[in-house]
Amino acid sequence: MSDMEETEGTESPGAPHRVIGTPPPSPRLLGSAAVAQEPGAIALVSDSEEFAEHVDGLPPDDPKVVVHGRRAERVVVACFLLTFIAGCGFVAAYVGLGVHTVDKTLRSNLALGLSMSVMFLALGLGALIWVRHLMPNIEVTQQRHDLRSDEKQRQATEAYFKEGTANSQFVKRPLVRRTLMLGTLPLLAAPVVLLRDLGPQPGTSLRHTVWSPGRRLLVQGTNQPITPAEFSAPGSMITIVPDGYEDDPDALTKAAVILIKFRPGELHIPTRHQGSTLVGTMNWTVDNIVAYSKICTHVGCPVALYEQTTHHILCPCHQSTFEATTGATVIFGPAARPLPQLPLTTDSSGFLVARRDFTEPVGPSFWERG
Amino acid sequence: MSWINARRRRPAAGYAALLLGLVVVALVYGSLTSTGGGTVASAETGAQQDIEAGKALFQASCSSCHGLEAQGTSQAPSLIGAGAAAVFFQMSTGRMPAKEVGAENERKPVTFTPRQIDDIAGYVASLGGGPPIPTAEQVDPRTGDTALGSELFSANCAQCHGFAGAGGALTYGKDAPALTAATPAQIYTAMLTGPEAMPVFSDGALPPQAKRDIIAYITQTRVEPNPGGFSLGRTGPVTEGLVIFLGGMGFLVLISMWITAKRRDPRPTGPTGTERK
Amino acid sequence: MSRPAVNNDTDFEVSKPLKGTAGWLDDRFGGARGVRTYLLRKVYPDHWSFLLGEIALYSFVILLLTGTFLSLFFVPSMTEVTYHGSYMKLDGIKVSEAYASTLRISFDVRGGLLIRQIHHWAADLFVASLMIHMLRVFFTGAFRKPREVNWLIGITLFALALIEGLFGYSLPDDQLSGAGLRIFEGTLQGIPIVGTYLAYFLFGGPFPGHDIVPRMYIIHVLLVPGILLALIGAHIFIMFWQKHTQMPAKGNTERNVTGQPSYPYFVAKTSAWFMFIFGALALLATFASINPVWLYGPYTPVAISSASQPDFYMGILEGSLRIMPAWEWNFLGHTVTFSVLIPFALPLGIILGGAAFWPFFERWATGDKAYHHINDRPRNAPVRTGVGIGAVVFYGVLWIEGANDVVADKLQIPLYTVTWIARVAVIVAPIIAYFITKRICLALQRKDREELLHGYESGIIRQLPDGEFIEVHKPPNEERLAVLEAKKVPALLPGPGSEDDNGVPPPSARGMLGKARAVANRAFAETIPIEADGHGNGHHGNGHAVTGEEHEAVGAPGSTALPPAESGEE
Repeated sequence: MSDMEETEGTESPGAPHRVIGTPPPSPRLLGSAAVAQEPGAIALVSDSEEFAEHVDGLPPDDPKVVVHGRRAERVVVACFLLTFIAGCGFVAAYVGLGVHTVDKTLRSNLALGLSMSVMFLALGLGALIWVRHLMPNIEVTQQRHDLRSDEKQRQATEAYFKEGTANSQFVKRPLVRRTLMLGTLPLLAAPVVLLRDLGPQPGTSLRHTVWSPGRRLLVQGTNQPITPAEFSAPGSMITIVPDGYEDDPDALTKAAVILIKFRPGELHIPTRHQGSTLVGTMNWTVDNIVAYSKICTHVGCPVALYEQTTHHILCPCHQSTFEATTGATVIFGPAARPLPQLPLTTDSSGFLVARRDFTEPVGPSFWERG
Repeated sequence: MSWINARRRRPAAGYAALLLGLVVVALVYGSLTSTGGGTVASAETGAQQDIEAGKALFQASCSSCHGLEAQGTSQAPSLIGAGAAAVFFQMSTGRMPAKEVGAENERKPVTFTPRQIDDIAGYVASLGGGPPIPTAEQVDPRTGDTALGSELFSANCAQCHGFAGAGGALTYGKDAPALTAATPAQIYTAMLTGPEAMPVFSDGALPPQAKRDIIAYITQTRVEPNPGGFSLGRTGPVTEGLVIFLGGMGFLVLISMWITAKRRDPRPTGPTGTERK
Repeated sequence: MSRPAVNNDTDFEVSKPLKGTAGWLDDRFGGARGVRTYLLRKVYPDHWSFLLGEIALYSFVILLLTGTFLSLFFVPSMTEVTYHGSYMKLDGIKVSEAYASTLRISFDVRGGLLIRQIHHWAADLFVASLMIHMLRVFFTGAFRKPREVNWLIGITLFALALIEGLFGYSLPDDQLSGAGLRIFEGTLQGIPIVGTYLAYFLFGGPFPGHDIVPRMYIIHVLLVPGILLALIGAHIFIMFWQKHTQMPAKGNTERNVTGQPSYPYFVAKTSAWFMFIFGALALLATFASINPVWLYGPYTPVAISSASQPDFYMGILEGSLRIMPAWEWNFLGHTVTFSVLIPFALPLGIILGGAAFWPFFERWATGDKAYHHINDRPRNAPVRTGVGIGAVVFYGVLWIEGANDVVADKLQIPLYTVTWIARVAVIVAPIIAYFITKRICLALQRKDREELLHGYESGIIRQLPDGEFIEVHKPPNEERLAVLEAKKVPALLPGPGSEDDNGVPPPSARGMLGKARAVANRAFAETIPIEADGHGNGHHGNGHAVTGEEHEAVGAPGSTALPPAESGEE
């Protein structure tokens, strides 16, 4: 970190002193000249030709080195002893500290984790100081050998391959070759065919939800039906699940609904068609209460964030924003279509029920959607 | 020369300074993002509101924006029909009196005593009815089911307030506040009255028991310790990613520099030792 | 052979069992020489940035160890049960068995939470270190011949790591990861023609179904780790066989590699490194909470939280989904939703595809077909470094956009404003970053040339007889010279004299592709040359170091020497 370091007896001047980075190699015993290779021969060079070693620093019997070594040894030994103690601490913490409550889990995690951390860090520290302060400061240069095979070997391999191919008569007999390929084709297709039963075909299931005429709207969580009178405070919003499917995640993935109550005059849902299908109208509201699909038309997150003051329904996943007073039209974000509107009415007991299923597919777009 | 000065040129000094800086930053960040326990506000009385006193207080402090008869002005909405619960929420969290018109009102120090808030609430309620202030039993989290509360909270509250009530962003610069400081009564009245951008969760949609379940969930979650260590803000993987890069990779890169650093072997000093080069 | 006497206190005997076993094995397998040359004495170059890949390797080992522990307790089933475990806050609600078993590991198994957290932090560290390692290899040009295959294996490893992490954190079936799975399914569904089939086949029907957790489980614990192990093995073996690259230094050539032998030096260092990595992960698992699934709650498709982000390495995909404006085509009863398809395929495709393609592009643009065992200093390859930084900025903008609601909340910036800033920045910022980086690289090259030609500032101030103060410049020493001079400039193509007698350029330089190549080549060849020097003080090949006196003369008053003209500048 400190590159303007002035230690006594510095190395050769001429460079800002650096501690990080590649250690500069010192003068070598042997030069870095390439070892002469006989082309094609497997390099069975002797160790002295392959490796060139140089040792930096003072000889090992120098008193300074001896003293330094003793000091370093003490540090390393202390680290390893700390490792041992921490390891014992780990076992003790495991045996002594139980879990089963949040507080106890916290204590156990702290104790086990701390002892494990100390164990590993002390071991690593000890090993590192061992390498850097006990082992000699050695540097070795190893020769690289040609990666590329030499030309003779290449030709020999190519020649043998040609000979083998010729002997197999693979090239000479096209009918054999072609029928072999023909025969193996179904073999390759078989694994793909075997995967067919991974799941059912989508069919038309993405186009429908479980909502049906007369199905009651239940408040999620309490699973109670709701009347317009109970939902009369303007600015109200609640999550709705279909009666009979409160605990069915597969159904809820498409059938979750968000119910919003407006003040008189706030709702202006235009009558909207998609092709010849009616997909939005004020007639589907009851007493300024509107129901939209809670499944975002982008990639399917619940679009749950409702701001009473701006009438914006915001999906927290990717910030698709829908204007609730005009039929959940998209005003920002990646969703391309408004939220489908659930046609509402009331049943004989006064509870809010669906008139029928959604008139368009709910949720993310797909190829066959239309 | 001071102890530090004598050692500041050592190679370890740089690393020590960096380590100190990292520790300071970690502590500051940890203290800023820790989710503290909720504060308990003083008990609401709800009994015997003095409407005349409330009217006087209202006309002194609230009528400049809300109108002398609480009928509303261009600066603030009408409070007729808003109810005592709304007044209690807004004033006991310090949001009202508001500092500026139109800005999002945030929790700030309360300027009225609970008695005064009660009186003003009584006065406003007398003007046009509206949801009353709940009793202590109505908001008691001990009668709430945290499990059911977690389901209700997930479906209706987490999208704005975060899965653990740590708060979240809304549009156009607004935000849903963290739920660390709200009292059970404040949580109840907020749900009941739908302050500002928050929707209304009337008792018809979410009955009082359901509200108690949610309150129980919120109050327990915010005091619950994090068994895995510091919470990192309870906002999910964003902070985890920051920690792994800045903390994990940063620490390891420093260690890797140490492992591969040039060795500083003991050197001979003066003419007695063997000279190097 | 003359090995200098180091610690040759070799007056001990190798232990009998060890010697005996080694002999027994050698009788059957041979390889004494191979063990010595390729294992014990093999040289490993020392540079801190060479340790980054090992972080990934050791994180993977730790993932295997901790993952095995977790697999003894985790139940990969989506069957609904009523939770009655130790975490009382959720007592009585319906959860999947996967979620319940995860809570059991966290609260009812001693050390379970610790191992779970180490596992998750190790997964994050694995991907993070892969990214940094990839960047190191890129910026030093270590992907060049002969290492292109290893580079491609590495990119495959990275892509697999992303999938492995995604499936791993989705196993507990909690609210946060379940929302991520829903996004994944919704994206799949949008793929033209086959999308709905893919989604239904993967999930065994409509979302969420009952099959996805057990299927992800087997992919996560068997299939992908198997492929990862094989590819990591290949990656390391190739690196082993071709020998590691090394940074430019004195004595380092394309024909050698310098460092420390494996036994005992590198073995000790890498073991220490493994311990530090494990220790760092254990520290994180002790003090930093990760993936607290009990706070998220079990997955239900009717609920969502604010600040719903995937783990950081999926952030680029999340940001792409958030940044995209609405775009959808409806025609003839079919819908193609670009809002989803473009974010899914384009940004990550650009990054991974671009990375895979880069070695071959660089080879084409520079015509450089030589072997490269010496790394580049990033400043000496300005175009490569600039493009790399541009890609990092591109990735970074999308990554931050993935956290846009957290950014909006913490930094008090309106939500839509963050997205609008990102929409502009994702195009503009990488371009600006490229130019700035390239200019910085060239400026650093100039600085190097200054040091080469005029020496470095020694901090010694000298007063001349006429009163002027100058700073004495000292010539760089040999080690520093080797680093400064290690710059290979790609040749200009087509080479001079490759035109035929009528001045027609060779076929490779003709046509659209040929002209594009010429443009790219000129960009790559832009450099600050060291040779051009009006002083006549060059010292390449003649071994003369510039002495202090000559440079004092240059700085002295009355000198009319002008700085040399620089070619190849803007």
